[in-house]
Amino acid sequence: MMEGIGGPATERGQSAKSAASVIETRDLTKDFGAGTRAVDGLNLTVRTGEVYGFLGPNGAGKTTTLRMLLGLIHPTSGTARVLGRPPGDPDGLSRLGAIVEEPAFYPYLSGRDNLRVLARYARLPDDRIDAALEAVDLVDRARDRVRAYSQGMRQRLGVAAALLKDPDLLILDEPTNGLDPAGVGEMRALIRRLGANERTVVLSSHMLSEVQQLCDRVAVVSHGVLLAEGTVDELTGRGALIVRATPLDAARERAVRVLGPDRVNVTDGALRLDAAPDQAARINRELVLSGIAVSEVRETERTLEDAFLELTKKDGDQRA
Amino acid sequence: MINVRDSYLAEILKLGKRPAMWILGGVFLLLAQVFGYLLPYVAYRTGSGGFAAGESRARLLADILPARLVGNTLGGFPMFAGAIAIVIGAIAAGSEYGFGTLKTILTVRPQRLSVLGGKLMAIATIGLILVLAVFVSAAGSSAAIATAEGRALDWPVIGDLARGLGAGWLIIGAWSLFGAALGVLFRGTSLAIGLGLVWALVVENLVRGFAVVVGFLDALQKWLPGVNAGSLVASLGATPQTEPGGTPGVTTAVGGTHGLIVLVGYVLALGLIAAATLRRQDVG
Repeated sequence: MMEGIGGPATERGQSAKSAASVIETRDLTKDFGAGTRAVDGLNLTVRTGEVYGFLGPNGAGKTTTLRMLLGLIHPTSGTARVLGRPPGDPDGLSRLGAIVEEPAFYPYLSGRDNLRVLARYARLPDDRIDAALEAVDLVDRARDRVRAYSQGMRQRLGVAAALLKDPDLLILDEPTNGLDPAGVGEMRALIRRLGANERTVVLSSHMLSEVQQLCDRVAVVSHGVLLAEGTVDELTGRGALIVRATPLDAARERAVRVLGPDRVNVTDGALRLDAAPDQAARINRELVLSGIAVSEVRETERTLEDAFLELTKKDGDQRA
Repeated sequence: MINVRDSYLAEILKLGKRPAMWILGGVFLLLAQVFGYLLPYVAYRTGSGGFAAGESRARLLADILPARLVGNTLGGFPMFAGAIAIVIGAIAAGSEYGFGTLKTILTVRPQRLSVLGGKLMAIATIGLILVLAVFVSAAGSSAAIATAEGRALDWPVIGDLARGLGAGWLIIGAWSLFGAALGVLFRGTSLAIGLGLVWALVVENLVRGFAVVVGFLDALQKWLPGVNAGSLVASLGATPQTEPGGTPGVTTAVGGTHGLIVLVGYVLALGLIAAATLRRQDVG
């Protein structure tokens, strides 16, 4: 299932990515009526060949941004270029596949006929349809009317529609919505394969682990504003050190003296220190020399979820 | 460059496989047969007279013989064919919003105007097929009646037939564009159909009714699509509503040329309104 599309998976690395941008937005803004700003001066750069994660809480403006990039809605101000063309330009769209929110199809047509309709709009030969259906494992149900499809099947048909053009750029908005756990795994494998070569994938998702697993770079938006953009490593930053020591109060005092009060917290009966791993030995020595018994010093990995929650909480606090 | 051809082929595939289109087409044919030929013939055979007082049996039969094919067939176009055309246009354009498929289409490749152009051409194609089907079935019925009554098969001359087909196509086109423009304006099917039918079946009739006593309504009615459609078919032989055996909606309020020009104007204006609206619309 889902074989043969996108070629073999390869190691992703920033070095493989071109500096040329596939998507560029400058001060992109969208207002819906008076006082409702959905997207606020967004500056994004998606580079050729990367898998780009677009993260944000519900209502952050992700889908509105994607709609503007696809030419479905018009920006209030600002500009965007997609594959070197203005959004909605036929030449740009001919090299682009997209799912925005829930994939929409004609319920009275079969899955295959829906793809035939789209192939006609895109001026593509019908033989592309079989490959797309095979890629998402829908061949057996291709003759059934879409109204009889489950949400997961519609989602897969949406991916098949996006793949029809063998696009250079794939924009996927919550592609794992409605899929069962096996389907989620298959979809992630497919996205990994699709993004393995020169194809660029923009993945909008609220599944943080999904984005962390799949994406080279990530943008975090909240209230229509870009909070951060960078590689997953850049966003997650350095981890923390967890130190179990007795007595805890004395250990805390000593750690504060070494690192400063802002970098020392007590969590679950242990010290959580905002310090690089190469400082572990020094901190351990300081504590032991102070007569404190140290039973554990280990590094914790900061996840994208930690970074995301921190960024969005900070944004929320500032707005409050 | 707007490529309408690709959109047209896609639209034909969609509309051709849509059950609603076949149902509407079937209803159109059925109504045309029942009210154009079956009931008048039953009335003739049973001797109970026509629908209008004072119509003779001889006139009743003459209306449904091949010689009156154009006028008798076109008689149903201003009113009930118009209503069906509104529904066809509204469904073809409005359901893209209801299904959410406009978003899908516009991310595939085509420009908005090529989508609309292809859609309007597909609607026009369906309209032409319907008109041809109605004329063919009417010809069959009139030939059968003439044979059964031992009358000659005197067909209209080709020129009259072509004018009749063209007028029917124009009327269907104008009304279906009316429905399609409403579908684009109101981003859906229900309101477009509702408002379209209210306009065609209620508002126009009320305006016509009051035009007798209110001067400016008399001037206004001369620019209404239904009145102009009714006048166009009257100029081609359909019996006006005011005459014995006349058909509802057929009128002599304006001349045939006036009706033709106004209907062409409606086609152009409604197409432009739909295009301008779709072009600037945000698609959710």
